[in-house]
Order: sequence, then structure tokens, then C-alpha cells
Amino acid sequence: MSLNVDFTFSLNGKNVAAVVGVTESALDLLRREFDLAGAKLACGEGECGACTIIVDGRSRNACLMPAVDLEGRTILTIEGLWTEKGVDPIQQAFIDEGAVQCGFCTPGMIMQARYLIDRNPQLNEADIVRGLEGNVCRCTGYKKIIAAVSAASEGARS
Amino acid sequence: MLAQNKIPPGIDEYINATTLPMALEALADGKGTPLAGGSDLWAQKDSGTGRIGSRLVNINHVQELHGITQNDKMTRIGALVTVSEILESESLRETVPVLPASADRFASDQIRNVATIGGNIANASPAADMVLPLMALDAIIEIQTSAGEQKKRTLPLADVFTGPGKTSLQPNELITAVEFETPKAGFHSAFCKSGPRPALEISMVAMSIAGTMEDGGLRDPRICFGAVGPTPIRCRRTEQLIDGQAIDDDLINRALEAMEGEISPIDDFRGSKWYRVHMARTYLEQELMACRSM
Repeated sequence: MSLNVDFTFSLNGKNVAAVVGVTESALDLLRREFDLAGAKLACGEGECGACTIIVDGRSRNACLMPAVDLEGRTILTIEGLWTEKGVDPIQQAFIDEGAVQCGFCTPGMIMQARYLIDRNPQLNEADIVRGLEGNVCRCTGYKKIIAAVSAASEGARS
Repeated sequence: MLAQNKIPPGIDEYINATTLPMALEALADGKGTPLAGGSDLWAQKDSGTGRIGSRLVNINHVQELHGITQNDKMTRIGALVTVSEILESESLRETVPVLPASADRFASDQIRNVATIGGNIANASPAADMVLPLMALDAIIEIQTSAGEQKKRTLPLADVFTGPGKTSLQPNELITAVEFETPKAGFHSAFCKSGPRPALEISMVAMSIAGTMEDGGLRDPRICFGAVGPTPIRCRRTEQLIDGQAIDDDLINRALEAMEGEISPIDDFRGSKWYRVHMARTYLEQELMACRSM
């Protein structure tokens, strides 16, 4: 079966067109068609958060999102956090705190952190631990990840 | 990618429905599968369970299926309301706190942001967490279809499930909303869930209990368990036993015994039968004792 569907959507601030196979996931499409390799396939069933992207202002697992459902939506991936001014403050906080080990979970962690801080810049540590519950770091570098999100949250407040 | 060894579902048609009649029409011949949040459907896509029909029907843009409406008498939750929306709803927190409490223990933000109430019901997992408080609220589901004499019908939620992943819905039917009576003063409800970690956990045992506190007893009680049988269940004999009775040690012991006769847990990798019985007893005892001390 190779039914293809074509549509447009907003990807990191640009309107783009895509042709996708009906059984593809949003993650497949982003990596294959747009060379956006930040979001990662790890568990493929919503347990690990390595594929986290923000769709219409809500974080979700791109591996569990049918690509066809991207039609008309507004997507932000880790690659969309770069601006002329440089990296996103959350990315800078991950660098400053040394919150990256192997790096495989990092894009998902940062996108979920972006979602959390956008919704509530007053995050405390419990909010962060809770908010990152859908993201797994197999290097178990949680302490520095939490410190980085906490620093970014403080930065967002001031 | 990475799915070469799996057989993709044979979807040969895709319809992005923008109105309810359009969605119902696309489901009319029974070959369509509604796509909502996708968190269950897409996880099962390559699993060989064959649960996706030959026509994928995206219902996400059907406005009639969104939104929570509430008055003193009834509460209506559209089938596409997400678990996050339930968790964040101020009005539900005030009037039906057991629903946000259950949503709070549901998966992760990334799943809660897309998982819908209709999907949690239609997926018919024996461990469906949102189903239990809704069953304890004596909720009914509204089902629509484009064909036949009866285009809209309702069904008690407790009568929907026929087995693991199986419901009494016809393939051409769509769940459009869940409704229940808005609780009145004196209504008490609770939700309990066990699993090895507080997040992203498929329940090993979950329970929701509800009823009206009156003269030291629970009137019109509903005792609902998940993950201790092939479907989410209501323990009707236990409910009858405690209905309106003053809660004391003897009643609690008899209730625990009756409940044990109504559940049928299995041994699996999440937990043993023995442990599930133990946790079911613990939760019911704990919540009946909480009622006693009110």
C-alpha cells in the first residue's frame, strides 16, 4: 500500500508543502523530507520523549503523530529554536550547566522544557521533575538537566 | 524507516473530515477508522493487531467533538477533549475533582496533550484510567452514525466494554461525547492507581469510587476497578452490599470479600494476581475508611 497525501503546514516559521505516505509518522517525515534530525526515534511508543516537538503550542511525541495530521498545523522543532541572535536560552542553559552527555535525549528534553517554560515561567523543581516525566535520559544525567531547565526558567522570569 | 520487518496496515484511503456529517459518512460502511490523538492508534499501527481499517478518517478538525460544557444538571465532555484539557479545566476541578485527579496520573504531558477521552474509551484497554472515574460518575456515552434508523444513541459507559480492546460499538459508529450528572453537594469521589513509577505507567491496579455521603454511609455507591479483569469493571454486588450502610469494620471486611469475588486479575509482567488482589483490597479499604472519617 502506498497511498500518498499532499498538504501544507507551518514548519519552524515557514510554510512548507509535503507529500507523505499515509502510514508515515510526523517524525519520519521531518527526518526524511526536511532533514531535521534533531527529533530522534528511540522507543517509538511514547515512553521516552526523544522525538518531542511542539504542535500548535502543545508538546507531543512525533513518533506517535501520523504525518497526515500535520496538515494546516504549526510545528516547532529543536532546529526552529535557532535565531539570528544565536541559540535559545534553554539551549544555552544546557551548555552552561553541562546538561548534555550522549545528547540523544537532549533535543526532546529541550523542546519539552520550552513547552513548560512557555506555559509557566515560574517553574519550581517539582514542576520541572514532573514536566520532564515523559523524557528519558539513559545516561541518567537528570540532575544537570533539571538545573539547566531551572536556570532557563529563572532567566525567562527576569 | 526502521519498520521493514513490520507489516504496515493496508490503508488505501484518507479522509480529513471537517464536519461531523462528513466524518460519519466516511465511517458509514464500517471500513473507516477514526484518527484522534493517535497515541494509541499509531503505537498499534505496526503491531499486527489489524485495528486500523482500510480508510483512515481524521476527525481532529470536527468542531462538534471538542469542548466541555457544564451546567448544574449535566456535564458534557466532547469526545476530542484531551486529558490535558481535563487536567487544566477550572470548572471540572471545582465540580468533579476526581477527573483532573485521574488525568494527573495519566501518562506524560506529551501523551496527555493529544490523548482524547473518546479515544481512551474506544481503545478499550482494561487499564484505561480515564474510564474509571467516568464510570464512577455513572457516565453515558453518546454515539452517532450516519446510517440506520437510530442515528444517535446513548449507552452507559459501564456497558461499552466487552473484552480487552473490544467494545459493543459497531464499526460505523463514532463516540461523540461523554455525559454525566454534575455532582451535587455531598457527592464524594476518589481515584487510586498503582504502578512502579508515578509517570507513564500503565495501571497495575486502579480504582475509582464515588457516591453520596449520608449518615455515615455511602448512598448510591459506584466502585470501579481497572486492570483486574478483561475490561474496566463495576463491582455491583459490593456496591449493593454497602449502599447506605453505616461504614464500620464489619462492613468494610464484607465489602472487601465481596469485591474479591467480583474481580478476576491475572499474572502478567506488570504484576502478579496475588499483588493485584492485595492492592485492590488496600485501595477499597483505604477509601472506605476515608469515607468513615468524613
